[in-house]
Amino acid sequence: MSELQSLETAILAAVAAASNEAELEEVRIAALGKKGSVSEKLKTLGSLSPDERREMGPAINGLKTRVTDALAARRELLQDAALDARLQRERVDVTLPLRAAPAEAGRIHPVSQVIDELTAIFADMGFSIAEGPDIETDHLNFTQLNFPPDHPAREMHDTFFLPEKADGERMLLRTHTSPVQIRTMMSQQPPIRVIIPGRTYRCDSDQTHTPMFHQVEGLVIDKQSHIGHLKWVLEEFCKAFFEVDEVRMRFRPSYFPFTEPSMEVDIGCDRSGNEVKIGEGNDWLEILGCGMVHPNVIRNCGLDPDVYQGFAWGMGIDRIAMLKYGMPDLRAFFDADVRWIEHYGFRPLDLPTLFGGLSR
Amino acid sequence: MKFTLSWLKEHLETDATLDEIVEALTRVGLEVEHVANPADRLKPFTIARVLEARQHPNADRLRVLTVDAGDGKEPLQIVCGAPNARTGLVGVLARPGDYVPGIDVTLSVGKIRDVESFGMMCSERELELSEAHDGIIDLPEDAPVGASYAAYVGLDDPVIEIGLTPNRPDCTGVSGIARDLAAAGLGKLKENRPAQVPGTGPCPVAVRLEFGDTPSLCPAFALRLVRGVNNGPSPEWMQKRLRAIGLRPINALVDITNYITFDRGRPLHVFDAAKVKGDLVVRRGRAGEELLALDGRTYQVDDSVCVIADDNGLESLAGIMGGELSGCTEDTTDVLIESALWDETNLARTGRRLGINSDARYRFERGVDPAFCLPGLELATRMVMDLCGGTPSQVTLAGHVPETDRTIEFPFAEVKRLSGLKLSDAEIKGVLTRLGFWVTGSGEGVRVAPPSWRPDIHGKADLVEEVVRIVGLDSVASTPLPRGATVTGQVLTPAQVRRSQARRALAVRGMKEAVTWSFIPQDQAEAFGGGSPALRLANPISADMSDMRPSLVPGLATAAQRNADRGYPDVALFEVGQVFADDTPQGQSMVAAGLRRGTAVMTGADRHWAGNAPEVGVFDARADAEAALAAIGVSVDKLMIFSESAPWLHPGRCGELRLGPKTVLARFGELHPRIARALDLDGRLAVFEVYLDAVPLPKGRAGRSKGAFAASDLMPVRRDFAFVVEEAVTADRLIKAARGAEKTLISDVTLFDVYRGAGIAQGHKSMAIDVTLQPRERTLTEEEIDAVGAKIRAAVEKATGGTLRT
Repeated sequence: MSELQSLETAILAAVAAASNEAELEEVRIAALGKKGSVSEKLKTLGSLSPDERREMGPAINGLKTRVTDALAARRELLQDAALDARLQRERVDVTLPLRAAPAEAGRIHPVSQVIDELTAIFADMGFSIAEGPDIETDHLNFTQLNFPPDHPAREMHDTFFLPEKADGERMLLRTHTSPVQIRTMMSQQPPIRVIIPGRTYRCDSDQTHTPMFHQVEGLVIDKQSHIGHLKWVLEEFCKAFFEVDEVRMRFRPSYFPFTEPSMEVDIGCDRSGNEVKIGEGNDWLEILGCGMVHPNVIRNCGLDPDVYQGFAWGMGIDRIAMLKYGMPDLRAFFDADVRWIEHYGFRPLDLPTLFGGLSR
Repeated sequence: MKFTLSWLKEHLETDATLDEIVEALTRVGLEVEHVANPADRLKPFTIARVLEARQHPNADRLRVLTVDAGDGKEPLQIVCGAPNARTGLVGVLARPGDYVPGIDVTLSVGKIRDVESFGMMCSERELELSEAHDGIIDLPEDAPVGASYAAYVGLDDPVIEIGLTPNRPDCTGVSGIARDLAAAGLGKLKENRPAQVPGTGPCPVAVRLEFGDTPSLCPAFALRLVRGVNNGPSPEWMQKRLRAIGLRPINALVDITNYITFDRGRPLHVFDAAKVKGDLVVRRGRAGEELLALDGRTYQVDDSVCVIADDNGLESLAGIMGGELSGCTEDTTDVLIESALWDETNLARTGRRLGINSDARYRFERGVDPAFCLPGLELATRMVMDLCGGTPSQVTLAGHVPETDRTIEFPFAEVKRLSGLKLSDAEIKGVLTRLGFWVTGSGEGVRVAPPSWRPDIHGKADLVEEVVRIVGLDSVASTPLPRGATVTGQVLTPAQVRRSQARRALAVRGMKEAVTWSFIPQDQAEAFGGGSPALRLANPISADMSDMRPSLVPGLATAAQRNADRGYPDVALFEVGQVFADDTPQGQSMVAAGLRRGTAVMTGADRHWAGNAPEVGVFDARADAEAALAAIGVSVDKLMIFSESAPWLHPGRCGELRLGPKTVLARFGELHPRIARALDLDGRLAVFEVYLDAVPLPKGRAGRSKGAFAASDLMPVRRDFAFVVEEAVTADRLIKAARGAEKTLISDVTLFDVYRGAGIAQGHKSMAIDVTLQPRERTLTEEEIDAVGAKIRAAVEKATGGTLRT
């Protein structure tokens, strides 16, 4: 017995001494391999008498089991240690700066975003989006809109013209989105509810005017819409757009050739600080012009103004964007300064909706 | 239009406060732009007496004053440079701490040439009372020293400025404004219609309207002489009012015309009769004629300008400005007073062309009350006689005052129909009557006649506006627009949806959206295939905004350069906007275009610890273009790629994506270096344009089902092939050939290597592809796989002329 015991002591000592899996494997082969010391012992069992075998069998097999277990335990220990060492080696500095995700770097221009906001709001009120060309005829930009022939807006001083053609006609860059009112009324039957966002042009350039700017026009034509409806639409729009619960509005009688009665609309705000705050304060800020579509305009579109009626309004998209998002200078809109776009632009996946909120 | 509160009260009996009046003015459409009481600003300034004026010890032109402020305290020492500063002068004192508006300074104790000064004696300009600055204010001896200067001179009269819409000529006079306020319930209008002033003898100067066979530019011209006037300064009350609204008093005769211009909206002109030779002829100007006008400038006229002439030549630009030579001075003893009517359109055009913004033009071009032409002359005559004496002649009238009578059928129900406001017939009639309209009949049969001073009223809607603005828009209740009975359907058109999709897809790729001008410089337009004269503005605001853009690229490229010049060389910009092929609506189309500059590739620019960004190139541009196309629903792998494109792109690094052989959906590439040089650009630019409107609209779909999902259970098999081909063979051709070799089994072909160098002949390259075979029914045998390989080899060799690399 003492031979087996000393063998066991020696093997277990070798197992414990193995410092890596390769050494441990050598120990295993030396003990349990084909010619290993334990295997050799097992081979001797066949030559023993039954009595001896009854005694030695369990002893040798017990030795084998204990050696196997010891090897397995040692192997797991060594593997763990090896893994720990590897993990240590694989450590990196996770604070190294990442490249910005493209979707984080990209930006939507405020004008596009605000048009999407307008679309979300007016779509909810049953409006669709109409469009028209930037290069217009004098007829659609002025005449059909009831501008008298000698109106100052028709001068070169205010309006961009293209060269006169052989037949005397001069195309122009539309000075407002209103010609699309005419195009809409002439191409579809009432009831009409559209908004018309787009680029507009006037010979004007200073801190608050650029020769190109964006306007959104609204038009409702049916058999019953009146100033009360107009007020409601604009009040609801302003609340939704500026994302405030209440907004004070002041409708002032005014004058435009294409509406009658005509009004200008001021919005209550606080102008005491650096930024205009909508929905608070005691100041007024003019934000749009509107009115009942002039009977002559309705008539010019082939509709009977005693049967059909409705209203229209127009406002500056750039201007309401500036108001809502605190942008001080209109000229920066068209300068494509990446720092400005980065600051005032919107993330590509922030699509304005009413159910998810217009802005975040 | 400016007026003062006391002036308004000449025409309106009212107890309303200033605030109430201001609020009401805006409410009825006479928007108040500014209210100021000069007394507020002049509050600190008091009357003071100069006890002694001594020469300044260190300055020839300065004096040292000892001033009694009238406050019972020690006199003040003040250094003063005014030439009229003298012992005994009674003037206006500003003390340290007072804000002096005319010089925009808050005074402090100063030391001028070593002498301390405890305030200043003010000139009128320093108090913004007038332009006078030839000396300090010199008040009468008996002015109360110590008292408020503003109160003493009666400046405690608020000045109200309204922004007048062009449709309201009647409110270019204070009387008209008073009428609106009275109608709105702010008081009672004082009717002060001028009485006729009988004249003695005919007017000795005849008036002839001579327009020959051209249209008359002067419907009526009334003239009268007042003999023996004694012209001099106008009375203080008149001067005060004129000054309060920013006019400079001249002399009584001129001031009367200015006063009536603002009081009644009726411009007049006065000629010194002694300087008028012969009759007055109203006619068109003649080329070469010119007039030295009252503003001291000389104006050239032609036959589009209506003038008044006598035997000396031109005397007046009709209805706009009189001539200097026949103007009235303090020496005038006989005065001709003119009250006329002019062709508004012609007058407005003349005024714009000559650049004259006179108070007369302002009124005439809006349309003065024709019916007040003669009463205005009577009023002027009366005032001349009252202020200057004299004997009037009878009135001579050339032409005739046009009738303005017209009636409008106005069922009162119109008010409710258009405004939603429910008013009684009596209320509506009351408003219109108070505004001077005649209302007859009832119910459906109501007829309304607008007064002569309201040329803007033509139809029912105009009358509704009158009623609503006077009753107040606040009374109109907000009324919800009825909502549809169904769920709102798709609102955007497919084209609008595409723009949004392209925009967001490009932004997701790290690009920043710009909005650039629709007009670009002519040379840029020409470089990008535009520049047609038909798209060149006749009146650009500047030379670099002259041509409607044929492409978005030049605007973006110059924007990128601006960013580079600011220290941001690596930018990725895009724009979704319109370009112009001609001046028709069809010539305008929407394009999504973008560019990357420097190292601004999609994954980030510049140096980085994990690997520096490469310089941008044609493949970045193509990737952007394809991403935009994919976002709007185009199957990019069905498009044809052409290795050629616009001349503004690098000829070896550009391409086009076309649907079929002709329809170009996108162009991409590196900007041609020659174009870049012409545009003053440096650095490489990878640019693309996607022609959104060229993409056909999807056909209507029967359903929304995506069909069944069928995936094979069999393992795909992959095999690599490499072919040696000539340089000119494109990858596209090779891949297409391989793909087409066996359509049912080959599910994918990718090109993973392009090699040139050792083992490959000069002028050739090796392209390696990885072909995936997807068995459908059973696992493929080696023989079957080899058979497909042979087909691929044959197809590629046939299509490319290349050979399998072994």
